[in-house]
Amino acid sequence: MSTVRISDDALAAALGAEELVAAFEQAGYTVERVSSWGMHWLEPLVEIDGMGFGPAKPEDVAAILDGTSAKAIGPIAEHPFIKSQQRLTFARAGKTRPLSLEDYQASGGWTALTRSRAMDRADVVAEVIESGLRGRGGAGFPAGIKWRTVMEAAGDEKYIVCNADEGDSGTFADRMLMEGDPFQLIEGMAIAAHAVGAGQGYIYVRSEYPHAIAKLEAAIALARQHIAPFQLEVRVGAGAYVCGEETSLLNSLEGKRGEVRAKPPLPALEGLFGKPTVVNNVLTLAAIPHIMAEGGSGLYAQLGIDRSKGTMPIQLAGNIKHGGLYETAFGISLDRLINEIGGGTASGRPVKAVQVGGPLGAYIPPSQFHLPFDYEAYTAADALIGHGGVTVFDDSADMGAMARFAFQFCAAESCGKCTPCRIGSTRGVELIDRIRTGGKVHADAVETLPQMHNARKAGRTREEELALLDDLMEAMQFGSLCALGGFTPYPVRSALKHWPEDFSSSPQTRGSLADSSDHAASGPGSSPGRRS
Amino acid sequence: METSELDAIIARHKDRKGALLPMLHDVQHAFGCIDAKAERAIAEALNLSRAEVHGMVSFYHDFTPAHDPRPVVELCRAEACKARGVEALVPAAEAAAGERVNLKEVYCLGLCSMGPSARIHGKLYAGLDEAELVKLVKTA
Ligand SMILES: Cc1cc2nc3c(=O)[nH]c(=O)nc-3n(C[C@H](O)[C@H](O)[C@H](O)COP(=O)(O)O)c2cc1C
Ligand code: SF4
Ligand code: FES
Repeated sequence: MSTVRISDDALAAALGAEELVAAFEQAGYTVERVSSWGMHWLEPLVEIDGMGFGPAKPEDVAAILDGTSAKAIGPIAEHPFIKSQQRLTFARAGKTRPLSLEDYQASGGWTALTRSRAMDRADVVAEVIESGLRGRGGAGFPAGIKWRTVMEAAGDEKYIVCNADEGDSGTFADRMLMEGDPFQLIEGMAIAAHAVGAGQGYIYVRSEYPHAIAKLEAAIALARQHIAPFQLEVRVGAGAYVCGEETSLLNSLEGKRGEVRAKPPLPALEGLFGKPTVVNNVLTLAAIPHIMAEGGSGLYAQLGIDRSKGTMPIQLAGNIKHGGLYETAFGISLDRLINEIGGGTASGRPVKAVQVGGPLGAYIPPSQFHLPFDYEAYTAADALIGHGGVTVFDDSADMGAMARFAFQFCAAESCGKCTPCRIGSTRGVELIDRIRTGGKVHADAVETLPQMHNARKAGRTREEELALLDDLMEAMQFGSLCALGGFTPYPVRSALKHWPEDFSSSPQTRGSLADSSDHAASGPGSSPGRRS
Repeated sequence: METSELDAIIARHKDRKGALLPMLHDVQHAFGCIDAKAERAIAEALNLSRAEVHGMVSFYHDFTPAHDPRPVVELCRAEACKARGVEALVPAAEAAAGERVNLKEVYCLGLCSMGPSARIHGKLYAGLDEAELVKLVKTA
């Protein structure tokens, strides 16, 4: 009897994988729990002898087993979504059991660690530099350069910290990697430890990821002798988005409020407990075993374009028909990603906007979908690659509401250290509300107090409110200590620039996610056709 | 709050590096909150001021100073779930929750390709429509 393979990834579970497993077991089959292929719209995906069926429900089991199921998708590895990818970091996705050391070893596991440990640490760092690998957490800083700084730093107590806080909406690659291939991350961290001379590592995982936490703890216990004398521990975050910022994360690990630290000192020189520390994202560290395999760095450097080398695990999210994990070399366009690979929107309506790079990334209109996926090209377009999340919105989206949410999110998650972010974010919410209701008719009670000498005594027109918003965003952009306050203006500015009608004071002309029938009645006031 | 259990949690973590964060997680988990008494005991064990411990409790969304016995439904209302229509489900979910259920707004559960997403008693749900969400809230 063939084995049935079903992913134990959290997304598959959220879509009913556990119930499906029970149904197959009831039918007398053994179910092997593997990592997810990353075709999320097909989860839970059943694999039998390489053939796929999905999204499968318990009531589909009989038909799947007797070969009559309408959910059959053919050979999984040949599916265009998989076949057109270039998977390096996610090479094992869908193929191995996440906690099987046997599977890991059989697919090349630990060879890069063995090879690296036989090399001089400076040579390891040199190969990482040569690969061109840049940090996948957001800032895109060259990983090898960071490692070199830590390697050359004085002192024998050093740390490797893996940033697994993945707070950006629209991203899940860290989660999938930790749940699906935890040994690869552990191996990458052990190589980093050898390269810089660190004895202890921490993986700081957000508390929203209990599946990943459990997998990592089990994997670390299993891998202990492979990575010894390097020691590794999981630490769990506590629901603060800003703790993904590396210095805030270090404070949190130390048992402090997650307030951002001013730089310098760089964490590479004075990081965790004041010691030299490598802080890298999950995907950065998980790319290391591939890069440090024989010939790996050269291969990596050949992929991609310009200064964006190698592959990026892109996450297709939001209102997209074929959402999931798409790893490919840098340089791909949004048009291909969304319209070809992603199949357009899940709702079937036209695409209105795409937010790349999480909550701090700009909203990109279809007229810019030719942009190549490349750090510098995005920066030049005032946009962000960030952690590689691509969130699609259809034409019912209200971009004014999304701009308001950007401020609201910043206010909720601000660490409070600097004024433009802590207070400006709340003022931003109020301003957008006023702009969308026509401006401030009268000065308020506080403003009219005689002791408020500098306050304006009259109301403001909508145009004056818009100018004030611009001022506020300038203060936030240039006066904030970290990117939470500093980048929140990007989604807002892009929404204002490309969809001004969504800030209009008459709701009829705005998009409305809440009610599509209402939108249809009011006409395509914000159809992407007009913009592109 | 049982003193012996609190003491056991403190003793378990006291000598670790960066003990405070894991300690607070365990206290929150065991008692559903980190109250003044726990703050005092932790501060004493780690040679901190109570203000420092309270500063942690107030900073992190996962920690609460008082126990709320209501069941919690965490509903993701971040961008990708908004793009998939979560906002349209909120009024019905709020009505179903009433005073009985703590309907909590969270930002991203990592299921962004298949939202709207929610978490209830540690179990994840994705691809929710209004009827499913309302049912989950009512049975939470
Ligand atoms: C507000 C904010 C949130 C961040 N969140 C994350 C995160 O969740 N994960 C991450 O790896 N990096 C995050 N970063 C970037 C980190 O500060 C840091 O650049 C990164 O961990 C370095 O690793 P890398 O070079 O491998 O990318 C965030 C930055 C800011 C300003
Ligand atoms: S910009 Fe915001 S989050 Fe960043 S340091 Fe300042 S207050 Fe903290
Ligand atoms: S945005 Fe809702 S799960 Fe990520």
